[in-house]
This record gives sequence, structure tokens and C-alpha cells, in this order.
Amino acid sequence: MKTLGASMGVAGVLGGSSLLNSCAKVETNTGDKIKLLTSSGELVEVDKVQLKPAEMPSLTENQKRGRLGLPGRSWVMVIDLSKCRNARECMKACQNHHQLRPEQHHMNVLQMQDAEHTAPYYMPKPCQHCDNPPCTKVCPVNATFKRDDGIVLIDNERCIGCRFCIAACPYSARVFNWFEPRDAEKYEGVTYNIEANVPQKRGTISKCLFSADRLRDGKLPSCVSACPNGVYWFGDRNEDAVTNGTTKETVRFSELIEKNAAYTLMEELGTKPRVYYLPPKDRAFPFQGHIDTHHI
Amino acid sequence: MMEKIESPAESRKLLDKITFDLTRSIVKKDELTRFWFFILIMFAGVGLWGWIIQFSTGLGVTGMRDYVSWGMYIANFVFFVAVSLIGFLISSALHLLKINWAKPVSRVAEQVAIAAVALAGVIIVMDMGRPDRFLNIFLHGRFASPIIWDVTVITTYLVISLLLFYIPLIPDLALMRDRMGNELPRWQIKLYTVLALGWKGKAEQYKIIYHALRILMLLIIPVGLSIHTVTSWLFAATLRSGWDTAILGPYFVAGAFVAGTAAVIVVMYVYRLRYNLKDYFEDLHFDYMGKLLVFVCLVYLYFNINEYLVPGYKMKLADGIHLRELFKGNYSGMFWLVQITGLVLPIVLLLFRYFRRPLPIAVISLVVMISSWFKRYIIVIPTLEHPFLPVQNVPEHFQNYSPTSTEIMITIFSFVSALIIISLLAKLFPVITIWEYAEEQGIDKKYLTEKPKN
Repeated sequence: MKTLGASMGVAGVLGGSSLLNSCAKVETNTGDKIKLLTSSGELVEVDKVQLKPAEMPSLTENQKRGRLGLPGRSWVMVIDLSKCRNARECMKACQNHHQLRPEQHHMNVLQMQDAEHTAPYYMPKPCQHCDNPPCTKVCPVNATFKRDDGIVLIDNERCIGCRFCIAACPYSARVFNWFEPRDAEKYEGVTYNIEANVPQKRGTISKCLFSADRLRDGKLPSCVSACPNGVYWFGDRNEDAVTNGTTKETVRFSELIEKNAAYTLMEELGTKPRVYYLPPKDRAFPFQGHIDTHHI
Repeated sequence: MMEKIESPAESRKLLDKITFDLTRSIVKKDELTRFWFFILIMFAGVGLWGWIIQFSTGLGVTGMRDYVSWGMYIANFVFFVAVSLIGFLISSALHLLKINWAKPVSRVAEQVAIAAVALAGVIIVMDMGRPDRFLNIFLHGRFASPIIWDVTVITTYLVISLLLFYIPLIPDLALMRDRMGNELPRWQIKLYTVLALGWKGKAEQYKIIYHALRILMLLIIPVGLSIHTVTSWLFAATLRSGWDTAILGPYFVAGAFVAGTAAVIVVMYVYRLRYNLKDYFEDLHFDYMGKLLVFVCLVYLYFNINEYLVPGYKMKLADGIHLRELFKGNYSGMFWLVQITGLVLPIVLLLFRYFRRPLPIAVISLVVMISSWFKRYIIVIPTLEHPFLPVQNVPEHFQNYSPTSTEIMITIFSFVSALIIISLLAKLFPVITIWEYAEEQGIDKKYLTEKPKN
């Protein structure tokens, strides 16, 4: 089971380097070979010389492949609410990765209480990457869209900043760059990467994208990797496998959600989220937050 | 229509008087006019400056943030679209129903419609985070988005409104071209000459005008209903409490008639007073407009009861939070004031003939207009302040919206710009259709194209 997490990583590396290999000249073999797993599941050997750090593709190339997504994938996230103790490492990692200001959250850990006498709990809330996304429907310029691998992405080179998608999203998952983004001078001139939505752009939208750039590299999303408490599981629904970001354990997705009676957020709205929650039962940590009663 | 006047001398005399009265707004030049334009342009300049600040700093200069991401601009946009709908009601719907008293009012209605719908378009651009990417709407337009529907119908409505303003104006333009050479500067006469398209007043020319107008009046019905229905869908297409209702389309249309009727009454009153048009915007017009206002207010009241009573009866969780905020929360003061001054009061007062006289009804209409504006504010903002999930880990002011001074400056810009458009139209073209009015008075059309004797 554990091999799956590793193989996912290797496949991603190969995917990234194959672009480069296609244009690399044939060089003398050193005999120093490493094994790589292709996306079709084949194990191949590649000479080390031929492995070079991939250069960033051009903007148009990046936008094009960013719209297509990773072929054959169907990403899902499972969030185990019983494990969250509001460490907020996910939020920090996310803000670093996506160059967000402190008040901008792609991932926001909320303090929740469902009804008056029920137990409060912490709920990490990323974009739900709905299969029936209300946000992409309303975009007038197709700047936000749903990819074949399930991720809802944004093209900030196209967004006109009408903020209709913010109004449409029932999960408050989207943020706007009301001012010049964080470290704007530092990233000036850097080619835009649609799969991480960086550098951020003033007057446009941003939101969680399941770290699509890291997925392409075969890594888990930033928040998933950063969590110290084993809250997050992430993986591919087509493979029926999800990997825990803390323990690196890989399990069957269907079994995990079935055994733990997983649910999706506000399923009555018909948005069909790709983020599943495991109920906050037998919580590993006591709730120490402050609950704001305004929503009860 | 009045009896036909047989005597040529009498016809000419009456036509001279009508022309004199109805072009007074064009000929009259005084300090007050200059002062009026000076004030308007100054405020517009301040507003534009505000927009430049917003453009260079980012939309962060407004009170909007990630949760309340639509604010005063969008409320203002809805208000302008609403006001513009009156053009459709008066110059098309009432015309087609052969309601004759409304004829002299139709050009005022078109003025208001053109100004309002043009500014609605400008406001939307000012609300965009990236107005420099405006063309993306055409380059990458995605027809599944209600915004694209809105852009389509609003542009169409503007074009039809311009035509509905322009086409009945052609005989008037020719009349001014022929008669007013002595009183007006040459560029103005030249403008009329060009715009009159060589009008000669032939029977077949009139036939074309009647024909074109009829087509436009029919065309504007679906377009007019669409502009505000589609605007309501910008809200109704979302899942949020307070917006997520099937009634929003007709609710918006009904509210639009209230705002627009009030706007036309105010403009009518100003013209009557300023250009001495007592005999043209008669007491009876105010009386009828008052009755019309009561009628549209009653329709709107009906929709309001549906909009608030039905969810208020059930108090579903999210709806309940929203409604409690309106009924007795932070917005209760504004909510009840707007419902009373914008709906209940005009219905009650305007039932009495006394309040349908020009001055009282103009004051009431002004109050109704202001209430209509705040009503849009209440439709847009409270809903966004209470999303489904709690607002946490953000600064305090993210939860509660209040507009900034830059935002107010830019909003004032939209108002003065609309007034500039209306004032310019009134300064350049008669505010009542001369030829139509003359014909109503029994003057034969052949006198309209006669050159004056002197």
C-alpha cells in the first residue's frame, strides 16, 4: 500500500521531466541509471544525465496545460475532523506557497458548532472543488474553470475582477486581491504559474487549487504535507487511494469514507464537493477555541 | 385629439407659440444654467479623480472585502438599471395601450432611460477589479454567465432607447433647423441639419417614422423586461439567503417601475418650473403620474410581502439570520424606513388628490427615489455579510461593510454624470415632442415645415 504514495511521486517527476527530455540532446551514457514509473504504470530506466531540472514552460503553454489538468486523475481530499487541533500549519504553508497576505486564506481553519448544544470542533476549509461548481458557471470570461482531473482553477491573466464567483460560492472559498499582492515587487516579472496562481495579481481572484503545481510534480498539496496531526488524506478517486500527509500511509478512499461515515459540506446545495469530511467523533484534542454564536 | 384648426393664420400663430414655449429650454441662457453645469462638472471631476485613485491603488480603497465583495457600486448599478426601465413603461407600454396623456411625458422618460442605462454600464466598469481587461468580455465571453446576458440586454436597451429618443425627434430637428437660425449659434443649427437627415415632412416620411416607432416599441418590451430580470439573476443565480428566490425577477421589475416613475415625476417638475411649461406638463399629468406611481407601488408592495413574509414565516436557518438582521438587527432602521417612505407612504398619500398636485408629488417622488436607492443597498449588502460559513481569521471590518469616501465620491460621479446627460439633452433638444404636441392641438402637419416669414 505504501508504495502507492511513492509511485505517485515518481510518476509526477517523470511527467515533469518528459517535457524536457523531448528536447534534450542525446548525451553519453554514464551508466548511472535510475528507475522511474511512467504514468501508464510501466517501470523504466533513465540515465541520470538526461534528468535536468525542468524549466518553467511559457505562459501560454502553462495556461494550456493548466486548463487540461493531469490526465486520468480525479483528485479528492478527505479531512479528518477528529484529528484537527487548530495547529494552523496548513494555513501557513498555504499562504507561503500561494504568496498570500495574512488575511487571505485558501485554507481556513474555522471554529464550528452545528447546533446550540452540539460539540464545537475545528474545521479546515479549503475550496471544495465541487463537481457542480457554482463559481465557474457564473464567470463571464471563463477565467475560472473545472479541469478533467476535478480541480477548479483560475487564470489570473484573464480574470476581470467582477467578483461574481465570490458571490456565487457558498463556501466563502474565494479571496480577492484588493491591493497589490504580498511581495509584489519581489515577484515582478516572474512568469505566471496558473497551477499555483502565483504571482498573485491585483484586482483578480485567488483560491485553493489543491496545489495543482505540486500534484504535477508528484507531491501532495502544501497543506496536506504541512499538517502535523494527520488530518488530511489526499489522493486519486480513480485509483481509489488516498495518502495521509503526516503518516504517509495510503488507504482505500472508498473504505476510509465508508467506515467513518464521511460527509460533504452543505450537500443539500447540490454542489457535489470533492472534499470529504470525517465527523469530529472521538476527538484527539479538546476544543479550546472561542465559538461565535452568530451562526447558531 | 382636439378639433382640427381650419384657419391657416390661427394654426401658424399657435405653432409659433408652441415652438417658442418648447424651445425655451434650448434658447434660454442664463447664469443659473452655467452654474448648474459648473457644479455638475466639478463633482464629476472629483468622482473621476476618486476612480483614478481606485484604479492605481486597487479596489481595496473601497469598503469591500472578501466576504462583502459587492458593495455600494453594485447597489447603485441596480438602482440605475431600475430607473432606466421607465423608458420602456411610458414610451412603449403606455403608447401601445393608446394612453394619450402619457405622450408629452415620453421624451422625459427616454432622457431618464438613456442617462440611467448609460451610467449603469459605466458603474459596472468602475466596479471591476481589472477594468483594463474590459475587452475580455468580448474576447472570451462565456454565454453561460448572467453577466454576459446583462451586457447584451443593457447594450440593446441603450440602443433602442436612443432610437426611441431620436426618431420622434427628427421632425422637431427639422423644425428647429428651419426656424431658429436667428436665435441659435451656427454649430447648433448645423447639428440639427445633420441630425434631421433632410427631413421634408412628407407623408411617406411620417409613415416611416410611425412604422419604425411601432417596431421599436414592440422590441423594447422583451428587452426592457430582460434588463432588470437579468440584473436580478446576478443575485438569484447564487445560493445565498436573501437572493436565492425565484421571485427576484418580477420583484426587481416592479421595484424598477417605482424608482423610474418617481424619477420622471421629479424631472417633469423641474422642467415645468425651470422652463415655464405649466401648460405642457399640466396638473393632470402629475395627477395621472401620481396614480401610476400608486399602482406600481401596490404591485411592488405585493412582491415585497411575498419576498419577506414567506421566508419569514419559515425562518430557515440562513434565511432567518438574514431576515432578523433586516427586521430587528443592524439594518432594521434602514429597512423599515425604506419600506415606509418608499412604499407605504406614497401609496397612502397619493390616494389623495391634494398630494398628486405638482409640488407635493415631486417631493414625495424625490423621497421615493432616495428610498429606492437605499432599498438596493439593503438587497445587496446584508446578504453578503452573512455567508453560510462563519467569517473567521480575518480583520473585524471584513464582516461589516461600510462605504469609504472614495466609494462615495465615485457613486456621486454616477449621479452627476446622469444629470449632465439629462441636462445636455434638455439643452439641445425640446423636452416635449413639438410636432406631436402641435398635432394634438389640431395643427395640420403641413405648417410644421413652413419657413418662417421673416
